[in-house]
Amino acid sequence: MDEARIYARLAEIFDDVFDEDSLEVTPELSAKDVAGWDSLAHIRLMLTIERAFKVRFSTAQIGKLGNVGDLVSLLKAQTSS
Amino acid sequence: MNSLYAELQWLPRAPKEFAGRLKALRNGSRSLGREVQALASHALDLNQLTKLAKVIGKAQAEEESLEPLTRFRLAVLSNSTMDLIVPALVASAARHGIALEVIQPSYDQVAQEALTPDSKVNCSKPDAVLLALDYRALPLKLRLGDAEASSATVQGAVGYLQALRNGIKSNSNAVCIFQSFAPPAERIFGNLDRTLPGTERSLLDGINRELAGLIPGSGDVLLDVAGVAETVGLADWHNTQLWNMAKFSFSDELIPLYADHVARTVAAIRGKSGKVLILDLDNTVWGGVIGDDGLEGIQIAQGDARGEAHLAVQRLALDLRQRGIVLAVSSKNRDEVAREPFEKHPEMLLKLDDIAVFQANWNDKATNIQAIAEELSLGLDAMVFLDDNPVERGLIRKLLPQVAVPELPEEPAYYARTLAAGGYFEAVAFASEDLKRAGFYQDNAKRASLQKQVGGVDAYLASLNMTITFQPFDATGRARIVQLINKSNQYNLTTRRYTHPEVNEAEHDPAVFTLQVRLADIFGDNGMISVVICRPGDAAVWEIDTWLMSCRVLGRKVEHMVMREVLEHARAAGIRKLAGTYLPTGRNKLAADHYARLGFTKVHEDLSGTTRWELQAESTGPESEPMTVVSQGFAAREQESIAERVENK
Repeated sequence: MDEARIYARLAEIFDDVFDEDSLEVTPELSAKDVAGWDSLAHIRLMLTIERAFKVRFSTAQIGKLGNVGDLVSLLKAQTSS
Repeated sequence: MNSLYAELQWLPRAPKEFAGRLKALRNGSRSLGREVQALASHALDLNQLTKLAKVIGKAQAEEESLEPLTRFRLAVLSNSTMDLIVPALVASAARHGIALEVIQPSYDQVAQEALTPDSKVNCSKPDAVLLALDYRALPLKLRLGDAEASSATVQGAVGYLQALRNGIKSNSNAVCIFQSFAPPAERIFGNLDRTLPGTERSLLDGINRELAGLIPGSGDVLLDVAGVAETVGLADWHNTQLWNMAKFSFSDELIPLYADHVARTVAAIRGKSGKVLILDLDNTVWGGVIGDDGLEGIQIAQGDARGEAHLAVQRLALDLRQRGIVLAVSSKNRDEVAREPFEKHPEMLLKLDDIAVFQANWNDKATNIQAIAEELSLGLDAMVFLDDNPVERGLIRKLLPQVAVPELPEEPAYYARTLAAGGYFEAVAFASEDLKRAGFYQDNAKRASLQKQVGGVDAYLASLNMTITFQPFDATGRARIVQLINKSNQYNLTTRRYTHPEVNEAEHDPAVFTLQVRLADIFGDNGMISVVICRPGDAAVWEIDTWLMSCRVLGRKVEHMVMREVLEHARAAGIRKLAGTYLPTGRNKLAADHYARLGFTKVHEDLSGTTRWELQAESTGPESEPMTVVSQGFAAREQESIAERVENK
C-alpha cells in the first residue's frame, strides 16, 4: 500500500480512536502530542490498526514504535508482501 | 471468528451518521437518555462504545437527566485490565435502558476491595459488584490424578469466592455477580484433561459446577462467561498476547459481546428484560405468504429445508412461552386467512391457544404493537418484535424505539439462532409461577377482548360462565388464606393480619364463621379470591372482622354473591344483625363504599374516616348474579358446632 493511502486510512482511524477533532496525522506525531493517548488508548489504537489493515504486530514491534512515521514504515512493510 | 456473536448481528449496523449524531449530543439534547439509547441500540465497535460512554459519563458528571434510563451503580473487581471494558459496559447498558455508573478501584485489588469495610467499592454502596475474575485469579493447585486433593482445591477456590462475597455482603449488601471460568484452550494431555482429576480443565469444570450450585436462592447472579466463551470458541475467546502485553482477560474483539452480556444481566436485575415476543407471520413463522400461497403453498413441512427453518422459529417461540414469555402475533393479513394455518395446517407447531393476542389486519404494525401492549397491560419496552421484512423492522425502530427489534439475516435458517443470540429475555431468577405466566396473561387478554366484543357489562359477566365456590376455612386452603390475609391491601375492609396459628384457631372455633371463596370462569381458574371472617359480637350479632378480595376480580359482583352466602349462614345460625367496619389505611380507598353498595346502613363515622355499618339478617340482600354457586363443607361444620353446643350445655 502506498504512503498516501496509509496516511489517509490512519487519519480515519485516529478519528475513531481519539476524541480529538480532525487530528493532523504527520510522521512526527506521537503520544505526547495528543491528549488522551495513554497506554490504554495506545492499545486500542494498535488493535484498531491491526484489524483495519489486516496485519499483526508482534509485541516487540509495538514496543519499538516512537512516532507515526515508524508505524507507517511498519505498515508499508507488512502490506507490501 | 463467528460473526453472529463477535459482531452482535442481531443489532442493526451503526449508521454512517453515528459520529455526527454523537457530536450533536455533545452540544446538548432535550431527550439525552432516549437518544443515547437509540444510538446504543446498534452494533458498535469498541471505539464507538468508548465515545458514546464519554457522552454518558459527561452527562452523569454534570448531573444531566438521562431519563428514561434507569440508574445502576456497578462496582467492578478484577484481576485483569478492565479499563477498556468499562466504557463498553456503560454504552452497552444504555442499549438495555440502564444509565450505568461504574466504580473501578485500582488494578488487581480484588480481595482488599471486597474485604475492607471502608474500601472504595464498599463505600460507594454499589447496587451490584461484578467479580470479573478469570481462571488466573484462582488458587489452583494441579495435583494430577489426585481426586481428594483436587476436590479440596475446588472447595478452596469456591471458598475464596464466597469469602469475597461475604465481605461484599456484610459491607455493602450489594448483589454479587459472579463469573464462571473459561478454561484455557490448550490442554496438557488432550482428551484426558476433562476426565482426570487435578488437571486445569477438570478443576475449572468442578469450580463452575459448584459455583452454579450456590446461586439459586442466594440473591446473587452468575454471568456465565464460560458459556459465552464456549459459544464463540475458547480459541477465539483467549488472546495470550494481549494478556502478556496488557493483562487483557480475553480478546478485545469480544469486548462488545461481553459488555452486552453484562448489560443484559444488569437490566434483568432491574426487571427490564423482554416479556413478550410479537411474531410476524409471512416468511417469519412460515415460508411464503399465506394470502397468496394458501395452506398448501406455505412452507412449514418437516423435511423441507425452508420449512425446517421456520419451524425452528416456532419451536423457539414455544420454548420461550413455556418459561413464561408471552406470545403475540402482528400480521398484515385478513384475520381468518392468518388463522388458517394455526387451525388447519398439520405441521404448524404453534396453535392459536399459544398466542395471547392475535392482531391480523391491514393496520400499520406500530398501531398493532401498541394495541398488543395495551391489551396485555405491559410497557412497550417489554416487547420484542420479530419480522423478516427490513422495512417493517425499520418502521417499528423509528416509531416505537422502546420495542426491541432484532435484525435478521437473509437466510431463514439463521432466524431462530439470531433471535436467541440477542438475549432479549435474559433472566436472573426462575420461579415455578413463571411456567404459568404466559397462560395467565392469555386468560387476562381473552377476558379483555371478550369484554370489548360483548355489549354491556352484565352481558359480558354472564358470558363468563363464572362458578363461585364457598367453603369454610380448611387445612387445604390455609396457606393461601394466610397469604391473602397478609398481602391484601386494596380491597381489604379492616386489614387485620393473622398468623398461620391464628387462622387455624379461627377455623376450629365453632363460634366463628369463616369463608374462603374461589372463582372460575371460561378462561380459567382464578383460585381463591376472597376471605371473610365473622365473629360473635353482641347477642345475635355477627361482627364482620375480616372481608377482603383480590383486585383481579373487581367489578364482577363477587362481593354481592359473597354477601348472599354470608346472609344465608347468618340466618341459619340464628343471627339477627350483621355489623361491618371500614378502617381506612391510605391504601384501601377502593373498599370505602363496599358496605354501602351491599345495602348496609351507615351507623357511625368518626374523624379518622372509620365507618360502622349494619344490616338486618332478614333482609333479602343483593340480587343473585348469573353465576353457578357451589357451597360445600359447611354441613359438617354446622353439625360439629351443634355437637359442641350440645356438649357445652
